[in-house]
Amino acid sequence: MKIKQQSKVAFESKNKTTQVKEDVIKYMLIAASTISVLTTFGILFSILFEAIEFFKLKSFIYFLTGTEWSPGVENSKFGAVPIFAGTFIITIIAMFVALPIGIFSAVYMSEYASSSVRSKVKPLLEILAGIPTVVYGFFAAITVAPLIVKVCEFIGLEASFNSALASGIVMGIMIIPVISSLSDDVISSVPDSLRKGSLALGLTMAETIKSVVLPAASPGIIAACLLGVSKALGETMIVVMAAGLRPNLTFNILEDMTTVTVRIVDALVGDQAFNSPATLSAFALGLALFVVTLILNIISVYFIRKFKEKYKVNSL
Amino acid sequence: MKTKIDVQNLNLWYGKNHALHGINLDIYKNKITALIGPSGCGKSTFLRCINRMNDLINNVNIKGQIIIDEKNIYDKDVDEVSVRKRIGMVFQQPNPFPKSIYENIAYAPIKHGIVKKGKSCDELVEKSLISAGLWDEVKDKLQEPGTSLSGGQQQRLCIARTIAVEPDVILMDEPTSALDPISTEKIEALMLELKKKYTIVIVTHNMQQAARVADYTAFFHMGDLIEYDETETIFVNPKQKKTEDYITGRFG
Amino acid sequence: MKNKNNPFYDPSLKKRHASAKRFKFFAISSLVIAISFLVFFISDMLQKGLPALQQSYIQVEISYNQKSIDSPRSAIDRSLRRVVSRAEIRQIPRKIENNPQLMNTTKFEWILADDQVDQYVKGNYYKLKNKDKKKIDELKKQGRVELKFNSIFFTNGDSKIPEFAGIKSALIGSILTLLVTIMVSFPIGVMTAIYLEEFAQDNKFTQMIEVNINNLAAIPSILFGLLGLAIFINLFGLPRSSALVGGLTLALMTLPIIIVTARAALRSVPDSIRQAGYGLGLTKIQVVRDHVLPLAFPGIMTGTIIGLAQAMGETAPLIIVGMIAFIPDSPTSITEAATVMPAQIFTWAGMPERAYIEKTAMGILTLLTVLISLNTIAVYLRKKFETKW
Repeated sequence: MKIKQQSKVAFESKNKTTQVKEDVIKYMLIAASTISVLTTFGILFSILFEAIEFFKLKSFIYFLTGTEWSPGVENSKFGAVPIFAGTFIITIIAMFVALPIGIFSAVYMSEYASSSVRSKVKPLLEILAGIPTVVYGFFAAITVAPLIVKVCEFIGLEASFNSALASGIVMGIMIIPVISSLSDDVISSVPDSLRKGSLALGLTMAETIKSVVLPAASPGIIAACLLGVSKALGETMIVVMAAGLRPNLTFNILEDMTTVTVRIVDALVGDQAFNSPATLSAFALGLALFVVTLILNIISVYFIRKFKEKYKVNSL
Repeated sequence: MKTKIDVQNLNLWYGKNHALHGINLDIYKNKITALIGPSGCGKSTFLRCINRMNDLINNVNIKGQIIIDEKNIYDKDVDEVSVRKRIGMVFQQPNPFPKSIYENIAYAPIKHGIVKKGKSCDELVEKSLISAGLWDEVKDKLQEPGTSLSGGQQQRLCIARTIAVEPDVILMDEPTSALDPISTEKIEALMLELKKKYTIVIVTHNMQQAARVADYTAFFHMGDLIEYDETETIFVNPKQKKTEDYITGRFG
Repeated sequence: MKNKNNPFYDPSLKKRHASAKRFKFFAISSLVIAISFLVFFISDMLQKGLPALQQSYIQVEISYNQKSIDSPRSAIDRSLRRVVSRAEIRQIPRKIENNPQLMNTTKFEWILADDQVDQYVKGNYYKLKNKDKKKIDELKKQGRVELKFNSIFFTNGDSKIPEFAGIKSALIGSILTLLVTIMVSFPIGVMTAIYLEEFAQDNKFTQMIEVNINNLAAIPSILFGLLGLAIFINLFGLPRSSALVGGLTLALMTLPIIIVTARAALRSVPDSIRQAGYGLGLTKIQVVRDHVLPLAFPGIMTGTIIGLAQAMGETAPLIIVGMIAFIPDSPTSITEAATVMPAQIFTWAGMPERAYIEKTAMGILTLLTVLISLNTIAVYLRKKFETKW
């Protein structure tokens, strides 16, 4: 009877094939993770590459500072200032709508509302966030814009059917949840001890919110604003459907003006040759958009981090 | 000995939970009264009734009377904001505002109209910091944020801020349990000074602290006031068995 | 109010309380305004879109004979030729082909009316010649004009003839595109989440990945379209307007959501489960694959559905990669030209004929219904599988 010899080793070493299998899977996971990095760089480089092609043909300085944008004409000029101006004006109108409504709604939900009201209302605001922007665009073009024209007629002003006001207002509605959601999270995270301390000193709830809670939450609220602005700048469908096509440098929000995203779409949906300056201008504009939204996003992350450090909050 | 706060048959419910059962208590002017008892006995809840902070919690039901200066603070025509102006509170965790040291103290008095911005405000801030024993340590850095101070200093800042509003009563909810022994000592000394001007009620789970600073001690157990007497009597010669059991460490 | 005997009554507080009330009022009215936008918007869509559920049909006499095959218009009485749908007239020869028994017969049939007739019947602005209007009134009196349920909207693809236009081709296009999106973004997203949560150490590489995911989520969607155009179409040479390109582009956009929710789901699995696995001598991969992943799965599914719902509503990047062509027939593969529902809505919104307004609104209601269903499923899944540890 052969007795199997007792193994002299206390612990076996790892099975070679298992180890290889484990490593392969691990490297697959790492490869998958790098895709997100590749995508960011892919976006940056593809836009940069084509934008550089554009700037080989047309002046970079004039792009940033020129006020005439006429792509189709013989002596085509590509000064983007009217386009940038239109973008900013519509964004500002949107923030005028979204900021007060968003922040005050957040204040109500986190400070005043009972938990049952809050649990019913919060999802409603999330619905606003879930509506596809093409739907907002239709609403802006078919309902809001004619309404504005009518109202302006009534008070003796003239408004375009593609007024900046129409797209700005609807864009603001779309951004309300961006502001309110983050602001709500931030305001709720302000430690309760601060509120108690203020109330115990004999201050009203409103005074406490205004002088203690909101200042404490301010880095987070600033971050929310920056995110809102970033979203407004990059928004496409609402302005493609409701704003104008022609670059128009003016402060009159009742006139039509155009934005960066509208011109990008217009440049790429035509029949022009891909390498023509008219088409490549889309990438130059895209580069500008990419840089600005990236900067806003970085600043916003910085502010959220500042808030998290201050109050040692992890839930954001 | 004058009664500053006359508590009559105070009952409190958190929803269905009957947390305070018919408390009757007289708190005397310019004395330090300590509230002791095991965790969950209701002493902090009782403290919060005195400045109506429990009103801020949902589902709370309060019956009974707390009479201060001949007025029941739970009467319908009483403004709870003005109650909190007269009755200040210091919390267990120091909670200075995210503002400068100066602003922390000046904030409430300006809102209440006690002083206006400027010289009178500066004087009030200085006076409060002196009374809280913090002036020497911060007089050169009044614009620094309140949160830049150490734990013990922050707590004294909170005391200074409470005094600045010129209350009659100061409530303290375990004010030193989050602090180191040296800060604790400083604040206990402060309390003994402050009682000359204010009536102080302090909740503490540290019996030695009660023995050190309090003139009167009230022992709570499961929502009932078991015994209330001069501190020396409570600790040396308690009349109730439950009190004796707690003092001698048989529970809690 | 007893003022004299009440030491707790302070007149200066009146102002402060009034100010506090006003503040609370501002707060609550902001919320009310936000919600009333929502209500106004939904009712506007319903008002504009629900009429599209019905279409006008006219009962006419059709002659099926040789002449009808050569010149379909002759199959119908001259006075009625302009009020019936051109699409219906065009179909007559095919009808005879499919059903030879119709030859040399005359039948009374209900067929689709022209879009201007439909607008007139529904009470909207219309463009009809007086002659035709009178004819319709006459037919109405005879009970030969009716509004019937518009199943065409769901069985037809896009058409240049408004009354004949439907959302089917766009729906199929959406499904194909989202299929591509899911098959690409789900594995990559989940694998990235697993790596970050279970394997990655706190080093520069990990930080770079996390920063990138963050940035990706904040990049405007139109820039993904530029990426799709420059790389998938120009560089890789994939077919423009196809569900493949659209799906790949959307996959990149959906990655951040899937990664973030998958990570949260993995993180919520308590460490004790992993410790138990290691304690039994399992390898890391085995622990993750067999123990952690199944528990995190409901959360991952919820996140994926939400990501899918977002992708379904995206339009801008798909416009850039060309998915707004006129697509009457449903695509049959991911490499054929296709369109998606939001793009179809966009195209219809730009059409001059008034009849397209209600089609657009109906398309919007259809899209919203699908989105609400998806989100409801996601919430239901989340609640059902929410385990309290």
